[in-house]
Amino acid sequence: MSLRVTTCASLDEASRALSASQTARFLGGGTLVMRWVNEGDQSFDEIVRTTDAAAQRIDISGERVTLGAGVTMAMIAEHRDLAFLAPAARAVGGPAIRTMATVGGNLFAHHPYGDFTVALLALDAEVTMAGGQTQPLDTLLAGRDRAGLVTSVTVSRPRNPSDVRFRKVARVKPKGVSVLSIAALLPQQGGVVSGARIAYGAMAPTPVRMPAVEQALEGVRLDSAGVATALARATDGLDPPTDPIATGWYRREVAPVHLRRLLLGEDA
Amino acid sequence: MSKKPVQFIHNGRAEAVFVEDGQNLLDALRREVGDLTPKYGCGQGTCGTCTVLVDGQPQLSCLTLAETVEGKSVETTGGMTDGSELHPLQAAFMDHFAAQCGYCTPGMLIAANALLRRNPNPSRDEVVEAIGGNICRCTGYQPIIDAILDAAGKMSQRRPTFSRGL
Repeated sequence: MSLRVTTCASLDEASRALSASQTARFLGGGTLVMRWVNEGDQSFDEIVRTTDAAAQRIDISGERVTLGAGVTMAMIAEHRDLAFLAPAARAVGGPAIRTMATVGGNLFAHHPYGDFTVALLALDAEVTMAGGQTQPLDTLLAGRDRAGLVTSVTVSRPRNPSDVRFRKVARVKPKGVSVLSIAALLPQQGGVVSGARIAYGAMAPTPVRMPAVEQALEGVRLDSAGVATALARATDGLDPPTDPIATGWYRREVAPVHLRRLLLGEDA
Repeated sequence: MSKKPVQFIHNGRAEAVFVEDGQNLLDALRREVGDLTPKYGCGQGTCGTCTVLVDGQPQLSCLTLAETVEGKSVETTGGMTDGSELHPLQAAFMDHFAAQCGYCTPGMLIAANALLRRNPNPSRDEVVEAIGGNICRCTGYQPIIDAILDAAGKMSQRRPTFSRGL
């Protein structure tokens, strides 16, 4: 099957081009779609891309941060006002991948990729689609294989950048695909947690929030005694996948260990 | 299959080629330009041996759609030498036996070059991070890291120093 590349001047035009074809794929940074091309994937016959500069825009307005879908991991890692997202951006691949990999692409990257999305999920991200409609990130993830074109992602900036914590667990150092990843937003008032958000990657078919853990962290101190209940609920309701990276059993066993290290600020 | 014209700067020289829809940059460099220095390894973005610089930033040419480099600068290992003189990184790789089979070497050199342009005096950890996306199955990495640190030292000695005149 021959492949056709359609280059669009705007995101809206690209969205229309995508809607017009059941067998088109949108090319962001190329780290997903070009892999499929190189593999000879025959399930699509058209690549749609855009040269719209808006896709690479970072808007910081008050507490709101809006990342264009084409913003790369390297742009985030180097941006002085995005320090709270930098650890998750740096966890994606090596420098060459980070130059290419985009925020929008990460939302659609199936395990063992897509670790950056875990951080966005812990930050209650909102996704804007072409056409302007918005939806919570977890809604998009629930049906991402049928979603349209994402134009940007918006998060609230944490009061304190250190309230955001991220950990990617990989067997290969310094860079390997993740066994699992954990992101946490841990704001504190009066020495206790208030408004915790916890998200996992690779513990379910898509990144997931962990309300049971969040609830157990509410009002506690981040010390061994304080986090004990949260750790006991670390895998509540989860059926982690088995894949070539790790078994579901292994993921279930190690998730509480890495959650504890993240919550207590211990080294890996 | 249709072909599209693409013009870009290849190792400092203007280049114009026709590429097929969906053709990746690595294939275009090797087949259309004739630059065989970037290598095809995995085609998946895992091994890093196809790494090139696009507008000075490291990119995996096997995952780069060729037509997206229109108007940009593309640098490969083939452009690192200065006439017959090796780049300090290339000389250091030789001195430290940082290449065995040599298949990863083009990507390693480009990744190291990108690092030293951005950070002329990197720490060992920064070197490890910079080549974190490049796989070597022969050397165990230590000679490569030593070579990059050695080249950084030699390149910083070469740079002119400016003293305040009296």
